Amino acid sequence: MLQFALTRFISLSLSLIAASVVIFAVIEIIPGDPASFMLGINAQPDTIAALREQLGLNGSLLSRYVNWVSGMLVGDFGISYTYKVPVSELILARVWISLPLAVYALAISTLIAFPVGLIAAAKRGKTIDITIMGTTQLGIAIPNFWFAMILVLIFAINLRWFSAGGFPGWEEGFLLSIKSLTLPAIALALPQASILARIMRSSILDTLDQDYVRTARAKGLSQRQAIWRHALKNALIPVLTIIGMQFSFLMAGAIIIENVFFLPGLGRLIFQGITQRDLIVVESVVMLLVFAVIIVTFIVDLTYAAVDPRLRQR
Amino acid sequence: MLMLKPISEPSTSHLPKGETIMNFFVKKVATATAILLSSTIISHAAQTDITIGMQLEPPNLDPTGGAAGAIDQVVYANIFEGLTRYQADGSIAPALAKSWDISDDGLSYTFHLHEGVKFHDGSSMDAEDVKFSLDRARAEDSTNAQKALFAGITSVDVIDATTVKITLSSPNGGFITNMAWGDAVIVAPESIGNAATNPIGTGPFVFSNWVQGDRIEISRNDNYWGNPVSLDSATFKFISDPTAAFAAMMAGDLDAFPGYPAPETLPQFAADPRFTVIGGNTEGETILSTNNKDEHFSKLKVRKALAHAINRQEIIDGAMFGYGKPIGTHFAPHHPDYIDLTGNSNYDPELSKKLLSEAGYPNGFETTLKLPPPSYARRGGEIIAAQLRAVGIKAEISNLEWADWLKQVFKGKDYGLTIVSHTEPMDIGIYARPTYYFQYDNPDFQQLMTDLTAESDPSSRSAMLKKAQRIISEDYVNGYLFQLARTSVINSKIKGMWENSPTQATDLTGVSWTD
Amino acid sequence: MTNFPRTLIFGGILFSIFLLCALVSFVWTPADVEILHITARFKLPSAIHWFGTDHFGRDIFSMIMVGARTSIAVAVVAVGIGIALGVPLGLWAAANHGHWLDDLIMRGNDLVFAFPSLIIAILITAVFGPSAFNAIIAIGIFNIPVFARISRGGALSIWTLDYILSARVAGKRAFRISAEHILPNIANLLIVQGTIQFSLGILAEAALSYVGLGVQPPTPSWGRMLADSQTMISIAPHLALFPGFAIILTVLGLNLMGDGLRDILDPRIRRTQR
Repeated sequence: MLQFALTRFISLSLSLIAASVVIFAVIEIIPGDPASFMLGINAQPDTIAALREQLGLNGSLLSRYVNWVSGMLVGDFGISYTYKVPVSELILARVWISLPLAVYALAISTLIAFPVGLIAAAKRGKTIDITIMGTTQLGIAIPNFWFAMILVLIFAINLRWFSAGGFPGWEEGFLLSIKSLTLPAIALALPQASILARIMRSSILDTLDQDYVRTARAKGLSQRQAIWRHALKNALIPVLTIIGMQFSFLMAGAIIIENVFFLPGLGRLIFQGITQRDLIVVESVVMLLVFAVIIVTFIVDLTYAAVDPRLRQR
Repeated sequence: MLMLKPISEPSTSHLPKGETIMNFFVKKVATATAILLSSTIISHAAQTDITIGMQLEPPNLDPTGGAAGAIDQVVYANIFEGLTRYQADGSIAPALAKSWDISDDGLSYTFHLHEGVKFHDGSSMDAEDVKFSLDRARAEDSTNAQKALFAGITSVDVIDATTVKITLSSPNGGFITNMAWGDAVIVAPESIGNAATNPIGTGPFVFSNWVQGDRIEISRNDNYWGNPVSLDSATFKFISDPTAAFAAMMAGDLDAFPGYPAPETLPQFAADPRFTVIGGNTEGETILSTNNKDEHFSKLKVRKALAHAINRQEIIDGAMFGYGKPIGTHFAPHHPDYIDLTGNSNYDPELSKKLLSEAGYPNGFETTLKLPPPSYARRGGEIIAAQLRAVGIKAEISNLEWADWLKQVFKGKDYGLTIVSHTEPMDIGIYARPTYYFQYDNPDFQQLMTDLTAESDPSSRSAMLKKAQRIISEDYVNGYLFQLARTSVINSKIKGMWENSPTQATDLTGVSWTD
Repeated sequence: MTNFPRTLIFGGILFSIFLLCALVSFVWTPADVEILHITARFKLPSAIHWFGTDHFGRDIFSMIMVGARTSIAVAVVAVGIGIALGVPLGLWAAANHGHWLDDLIMRGNDLVFAFPSLIIAILITAVFGPSAFNAIIAIGIFNIPVFARISRGGALSIWTLDYILSARVAGKRAFRISAEHILPNIANLLIVQGTIQFSLGILAEAALSYVGLGVQPPTPSWGRMLADSQTMISIAPHLALFPGFAIILTVLGLNLMGDGLRDILDPRIRRTQR
């Protein structure tokens, strides 16, 4: 087990290094000088040069890469070009919006997907199953930003139940903040819920076909009891894996939703970092997201291997 | 300064140092719940606070360090003050300097400052601070975006605590106006280091809070040296999305939105008695900038053809929903010296095609139309491209972000056409710079501008300005489209908000509720 | 003759409608999408303008047709890139199973999967400029690991078959085995996955266009139509509804087709009676 963990850890480190090189390389190619952008049209060349010096933009590629990576290892993500504050502060402030939003969206989608998937599996082939399958197909096909626009039109502009966006800040009130995250979470949750429901359904159906379930049925358990007592637990495993993967997708994928609802989250931070050529912010946040995904995969791999020795062969 | 307002979000986190994340979060949730439970009664007594919508969030709060107009929108006249200041009607009034003497040769300005002025941190404002501010702005390594304003200064001398003498290298009729710009506000050496996140000025409002991505709060300065203001506090809320701005305004989340970004929804506000829609001017000449060194556009006939292919009213209606005055030259129509030269470039596509043939392009030609982010450029660009297509000019649209636009168009001059709004007041002088991005090089015009700077007699200046307008109109240097309008949606009970935008500012000093 | 599943038929019809629109748009649209009629803007659906007009007076129905062309073209080429580069990669990995090359390719795959695709796509189009071509590249890049993984997985199970092993023993080169035996047998897998990636490609193109990084004006694009319509949604909702429906129905059609194709082509799934 230990050897397995070690090899996987080495693999993880290599992936991280490779990722950092790729990210750094891509970002450096971006045209557009952050200093000119910050100072605007009428700035003199010497002012721009002074700012470039201040921002540390004049070092060699290699030295800048090394500085960046060594900084990240100690938690120093550099200073944002645009805001002149540590990137780690920016990230920390934004995470408190993106993370709750992702959790909220995940909660909504699992709350919907589980019962829906269960029912569809239990009533396979019947009308309700077909309806559910049809609806989930629709749910996958709807672009979440379009759905968001419709939600705003109906619930914010017409009914005035919610504000059209914005985030008051956690200090202003927990319920108020949750309220402002509701429409965005619903918009994010729709396609997720649809996918999860379908996976839930097929996972349960797969498990139901397994021998041990047939045995349970042969022993006299009803369909429902078979599902509840045996199938569900095992059906959940692939579903949970998917949820884990969806989480990082939600964090990054909310980039458009955050724009529609003007939420100051990680997605918007990256988006505006790109448009403002705040390279440090973009590099660091992308690296963070990639890191999160790789770590999650690593942990999942280890957990599976710990549970199922067959998986340690690789 | 061009209409350069990069979309940005502010920075600093409000996590106190040393707090663990968990503690912070738990504490916040606890207090928040307590507040929520206890604050069930919302009182609406005589209102002394105001919530203002803003499209763009400033990246920081130091107006002397960066180009973002959004910074001035928050701090100008509210938190920071300069020697002089702009008024709502565009005129210049004394501010920190109560009066000034100008020497006969026009080279020395002696400013007499108000006494007893204090910065928000309690330290006093005196001539040393003025010297510090101006020297800092004009220093070699200064990052002030408008360094040109200070370029002519050779020395700043402290005569005594309330007297400053500034010496120029050559006379400059616009110097007093220059000192009214947001980039020339007076700051203190003790507090300038943190100005980006904790601005300390001399103004009637004090900075109190900044919730990144959401709002900035300011509150009344009880130790203000000047006339007391009516408001106790103000909140600037950042809403860049026009749909959201509309929803927020309609729902009453905002009291006012100067520079409201969704002109298509204005009729709904105008019809509602709760709101007043104000249409005002800006100093923004929106032009179809033409690269005068481009192979096609270096020919006068082609530029003339361009001018006649454009239907200004269609652009104003289609992109700005009717808001904006057509202009025929690079000058603001609300200015007394403006002359209407739109006749030189009236909409005549047949003439346009004829001119193109004469210039050697009977089948038109291809060019690029590079557009920065604002909707006047993006929407206006689509309309102009269609109008140009109708006469045979195929303009390929590139929608660029500001950073790219600056690099390709403004610095690289790699473009055929672009659309941008030049929002500095009285900036016709840019046509005297041959290396400015549209690359117009006319020695007569350059001479005219030099004479103008040296001239102080008002009627001579007026004649020169008129002549200048004619020259650039008849040379068809750029396509002159319209003067950018400033539309504001305001709660009908509020008075005192600026109609026009002679400079970037949301001046709250004269704002109050009428009941 | 096999009984075509309902999903395939229904999905096929849906998708064909838009494919037809796209193809017909090359020769005819009810109105010219490049000419603006500001005075005729915001018209509701009528006999002349079946879907109404937009804020520039352009006929929305015509724009949907031309937009179909954009979406389908971008998605098809992006999937094409994924197949053209991903499948050989996957086959190569499978042929070298156990070798470090296989490991390397799979690690590379995982690495690409770890990147947030939308963000990278936005980055790429911001770096190299917004255009249909760059959108295709940005989307195509993320299709490569998908097809690599699928073809590797499919290939691995075929490699274990007896007749393949005997061919190997007989001296046939791995490359020829892959080309002649493996590839045809994973074709079904690729077709099914291809339809899925196609629908994802349409969504991705819409997302990129929505943020302004896809095909540029004046060429219509469904995503950009949505973005343009956003501020006017309360005065002219039809501007947002029609492009939205177009995206939904096209993607739905493709997904249903994918389901149906899987039912026919992939015997393993059929066995479990989904």
